[in-house]
Amino acid sequence: MSLYFTREHEWVRVEGDTATVGISNHAQEALGDIVFAEVPDAGRKVSKGQEAAVVESVKAASDVYAPVSGEVIEGNQAVADDPALVNSDPEGEGWFFKLKLDNPGELDGLMDEGAYRDWIKTL
Amino acid sequence: MSREVHSGPTDQTQARGEPFRGDPEGGDGTQPQTLDKLALDSWHRAKGGRMVPFAGYEMPVQYEGIMAEHLWTRENAGLFDVSHMGQLFLHGRGVAQAIERIMPGDFQAAKDMKPKYSLLLNEEGGVIDDLMATRRGDDFYVVVNGATKHGDIDYMQRRLSDVAIDHMREQALLALQGPRAADVLDTVIPGIAELGFMEAGPFRAFGHPLWISRSGYTGEDGFEISIPAIAVEQLAEWLVNDERVKPIGLGARDSLRLEAGLPLYGHDLDDKITPVMAGLNFAINKRRRAEGGFAGAMRILAEIENGPPQLRVGFDVEGRQPVREGALVLDGEGNEVGKITSGGFSPSLQRPIAMGYVAAHLAETGTALKLEQRGKLFDAKVAAMPFVPHRYHRKGAA
Repeated sequence: MSLYFTREHEWVRVEGDTATVGISNHAQEALGDIVFAEVPDAGRKVSKGQEAAVVESVKAASDVYAPVSGEVIEGNQAVADDPALVNSDPEGEGWFFKLKLDNPGELDGLMDEGAYRDWIKTL
Repeated sequence: MSREVHSGPTDQTQARGEPFRGDPEGGDGTQPQTLDKLALDSWHRAKGGRMVPFAGYEMPVQYEGIMAEHLWTRENAGLFDVSHMGQLFLHGRGVAQAIERIMPGDFQAAKDMKPKYSLLLNEEGGVIDDLMATRRGDDFYVVVNGATKHGDIDYMQRRLSDVAIDHMREQALLALQGPRAADVLDTVIPGIAELGFMEAGPFRAFGHPLWISRSGYTGEDGFEISIPAIAVEQLAEWLVNDERVKPIGLGARDSLRLEAGLPLYGHDLDDKITPVMAGLNFAINKRRRAEGGFAGAMRILAEIENGPPQLRVGFDVEGRQPVREGALVLDGEGNEVGKITSGGFSPSLQRPIAMGYVAAHLAETGTALKLEQRGKLFDAKVAAMPFVPHRYHRKGAA
């Protein structure tokens, strides 16, 4: 299992050819109280960098990009029903969607956890 | 993740509300380039305030979180630093008559120490700013918006050459808002609870003179306190040491005023919008309607008589997703009939609400319309405002 992050503050956890995607703790802190989340339906094809989900806080609306390409296996209905889950457990239960990876090579351009945590300190 | 929209007060959005866009002497470049510091700057940071650029200052957008701060203010008392706002003192011979040239209020009949909501108007009847003006003897104390204050002062100086305008830069301004505000403030300023809604007067605390009005921008009971900047930290600290009080940021200030149905200048009001379109006819009394004689009177009085082309209304939005400033309002056939000027998620109601303008024939409460935001359609109904009932302390009321 490996954990990667993007410069857009998504995380992606890879197990075999399945990737789980969410937004980082840093991202949820910056957004503040999250009041709306829209997750993609299973079967939808997304390509790297494309909008795949929506997250809105009291003060801002953001797209969540697909960090890698693939087919959506599952959107997390729990965060659609209770968006505050993204605040309380952003890198765990507050995940947005799971993908079947098209090309594991796309992971190479992402940051590992240590690099990401160091990088956000510089922001 | 992208930041698509930033709703609520920020410099980016506030900048659109800069007055004098069409004025060769003003324009978009009139905003100060460097950010000023509030007298409470380090105090906000010490309290955990997240500082953002706003109206030329670094200001706290939130402390513990907008939702919690919002609900705290509705249930207890919230302390807001609104020292970015412009506090002006207008004096000279015949100030009341003079300001009536550019504001539609009846200032000649204005009673002492009773704040009046009014509007600074351009010759086309558009709103340059909204403000509170209070007679103090022969003079007037006027509080204008922070992002617009320099433009307002320039405009007043041009139009009111017979009036002396003091910008009270040495004064800070705090607002204490919420159902427990009066009890809290009465402990430091005994007798303050005797003030009624929209009454003001001079008081003292910590050896300093204060000017306090029972008014605010949240829909709750509360006070606005003008205090010398050198003493503001002492008062702020004293207030938040009361367990009923928490400091509240700009984010909750915006969500509170939206629930209260109160327009925000630069968003719901601008220099192309008349007071009649904005539903602010209450600010123009019988004498001023009969006599006119204020900037833009011809258009404004015609709109009162015949109805304005558009009206400011509230919207209840279906679903959970907020619809924000900039969204289009569409009729049943998909024609653009208006736009959203403020919108967000209501912490008190736990659902999205919005404010905007629609063609007057569609402004009736209950009218079903569509809103379009980023290519997505939302069902919405015109709603009566306020969304959350006002709880002002009106004397004589139960």
